[in-house]
Amino acid sequence: MTVQPKIAIRDFSFYYGKHQAIQSINVDIHANEIFSLFGPANSGTTTLLRALNRLSDLVPGARTEGQILIDGQDIHAEDVIVTDLRRRVGMVFEEPVPLPMSIFDNIAYGPRMRGIRNKAVLAERVEESLKLAVLWDEVKDRLHTSALRLSGGQQQRLCIARILSLGPEIMLLDRPCAALDPISTAKIEDSLVLLKEKVTIVLIPHNTQQAVRVADRAGFMLMGEMVEQGPAERLFTVPEDNRTSDYITGRFG
Amino acid sequence: MMRLNPKMTQVLAKALIWGSALLVIVLLLFILLFVLIKGVPTLSWQFLTENPRDMGRSGGIFSTIVSTILVTLVSVAVATPFGVGTALYLTEFTREGLATRIIRFSADTLAAIPSIVYGLFGFIFFVINLNMGWSILSGGLTMAMMILPTIIRTAEEAILAIHPLYREVSFSLGGTKMQTILGAVLPSALRGIMTGVILSIGRCVAETAAVILTAGSSLRLPESVFSPARTMAVHFYILVREGISMERAYGTAAALIILILIINVGANMLINRFVAKNH
Amino acid sequence: MKRLLDRLPGFIFLLIALSALSALALIIVFIFYEGIPIIAKVGLGQFTLGMSWAPGKGEFGILPMIIGTVSVTLGAAVLGVPVAILTSIFLTEFAPAAVSRIVRPAIQLLAGIPSVVYGFWGLTFIVPYIRLWIGGPGLSVLAGSVILAIMILPTVISITEVSLLALPRTYKEGSLAIGATQWQTVWSVQLPAAKSGIMAAVILGIGRAVGETMAVIMVLGNAVALPESLLDPARTLTTNIGIEMGYASGDHQQALFATGIVLLVIVMSLNSIAQATLKRSQR
Repeated sequence: MTVQPKIAIRDFSFYYGKHQAIQSINVDIHANEIFSLFGPANSGTTTLLRALNRLSDLVPGARTEGQILIDGQDIHAEDVIVTDLRRRVGMVFEEPVPLPMSIFDNIAYGPRMRGIRNKAVLAERVEESLKLAVLWDEVKDRLHTSALRLSGGQQQRLCIARILSLGPEIMLLDRPCAALDPISTAKIEDSLVLLKEKVTIVLIPHNTQQAVRVADRAGFMLMGEMVEQGPAERLFTVPEDNRTSDYITGRFG
Repeated sequence: MMRLNPKMTQVLAKALIWGSALLVIVLLLFILLFVLIKGVPTLSWQFLTENPRDMGRSGGIFSTIVSTILVTLVSVAVATPFGVGTALYLTEFTREGLATRIIRFSADTLAAIPSIVYGLFGFIFFVINLNMGWSILSGGLTMAMMILPTIIRTAEEAILAIHPLYREVSFSLGGTKMQTILGAVLPSALRGIMTGVILSIGRCVAETAAVILTAGSSLRLPESVFSPARTMAVHFYILVREGISMERAYGTAAALIILILIINVGANMLINRFVAKNH
Repeated sequence: MKRLLDRLPGFIFLLIALSALSALALIIVFIFYEGIPIIAKVGLGQFTLGMSWAPGKGEFGILPMIIGTVSVTLGAAVLGVPVAILTSIFLTEFAPAAVSRIVRPAIQLLAGIPSVVYGFWGLTFIVPYIRLWIGGPGLSVLAGSVILAIMILPTVISITEVSLLALPRTYKEGSLAIGATQWQTVWSVQLPAAKSGIMAAVILGIGRAVGETMAVIMVLGNAVALPESLLDPARTLTTNIGIEMGYASGDHQQALFATGIVLLVIVMSLNSIAQATLKRSQR
């Protein structure tokens, strides 16, 4: 008996107006794994990621075909409340984007929008999220200072904590370490490996080495197509498709 | 005609250029010092807290200070929501098209209308037609229309300047459009918006033509927004025009200038401290 | 139902955004409504080109005021625009940072001074010295021009500055690279390139001058006769309204509104031209 994948993408296509950015792809992402979506620029990886929490809805002229199922439920169904979806499926962007407020307020931002006002509950969530994001020890004495004063790596971990305070099931990360130094990158990669016990992670790495380091399974996309997907170890050593091996070995990029 | 080589032209030009800038500074200082030197001696606590007596020949300017504050308050309280709201509409709810162009054209045109014409309009519309009479309300509402374009323009600029991903972050955390506007967009744009509001406050305090035709020139301490009122600028004008009291005219002008200086300098410092602490 | 609720914020904001349009519409409607009857009665030609303004006798010709406005405004432009452009160049090309930090706030402050204070200063300093050193009663078109020239400086400076700063840096660098002096670059490359923007700045400055009332009332002398020289007193369209509105009624009052119509037409035309010129400069 096969376990239902956490995220099942079935014959999914995405259009920006007339331009088709994703060509009818099928992907399985399992619960509590780190799945790496990778490929050259403009291959559709970011588009697919943003379709998973329907942030793509914000683009005028966006159109989808096919299905994205999370726990077997179509996220584009009529009765789906988008704001709820986005709390279950959190996103970290390429550059760290702390909001112009204190560290505490940044992390409490999501829960507050949800209606949680109780100070004790908020404080608890802030502490828990910061611990999960491996940032608590560094900021616990200055929770009410501006988040803009943190270093790049700390800011990105703040962004991770910000999502975690909503208790998401899935985390989407789009090149989260692109702007960071190797040490900060390592810290975040370590935290992701710890986090996958609690959440399912879909990651677009900024280079393939990151995927090799942390991914359990991966999928290679090229020009909107899902060329190949499977266990990371196999994909990055003995890929089945020529295009995959060409990309990984740097024949093109 | 005498031929100057490029080096000579450069020297001459530089002299003219520095001269112009110097001229601007000199003029500013001239005007400011002229008012302050002659007017500050009149400024005493008594002068500022006593009402005018005998049509302004004696006494102080207290009622005019109160009137100025009230008219400005009404004006800003009405114009700010409409101005910021319009800016938000332009940035958050539309893309460039016919609607935005009409709104922008209206705002730009409003900005160019002479204040005396606003006075005429305010007189016929608020004072007469809507039967508000010469009052703080009439004056404030008229001036609200005058400062609306400034607030729209500065608010829009401020909102467009926020980090492009702030909205995305708020949405991705499950925010609705209104939550994003109130929780992320406005707080980030607050500093710029406040700058526009403060600029407009300065404009209200300095305005005469529109106010004299709509708020009237009664020297009595206003009792409500429906009372007629004489602002400091109007009082200064009348004192000079009728030759009532040069001493008090200078005093009023000095108080006016100092108020404007405080608004310009002091408020900007406040913004830098309060709002910028998170930047 | 949910869809409608989602659309509600957008709808409310649309209503708010229409405020600017409604305000403009109201102003135009009311000024025209009050002023048109007298123009119809007197005749458009007679009103705008009539030389005699004598409300007591029922004569409403505003030509003297139009000439007054034009002369004072032209004078302000002649005196003020060169200073404004030179100062803009100063700020963008020649000023050390420390000096800019003094000059820029100074210009902002200049813009904040009440027009009645300008008028009073002009009355106290400019008028007597014109009377002493040049001639005439002092209260004159010249005095008005001087005051207005100072008052339009901030407007013209700020828009000229924006236009100069918008030029691609390669214009300046290319010119300097072939050995031109700084001034040669400004004169031959930058100013011509920013021509549209500067023109727009000047037009907006003129619009500002046309609309000014209080400062001009105090120094212009307010004789209803046609000014024949710079040293003669005069009235402008704005000062005419400002002086007489306090006691006008009936036809007289309507004629003042009609003057307001003329002002609206002038200012809105100038503004449209300036905006169109600005758009051209941005391409």
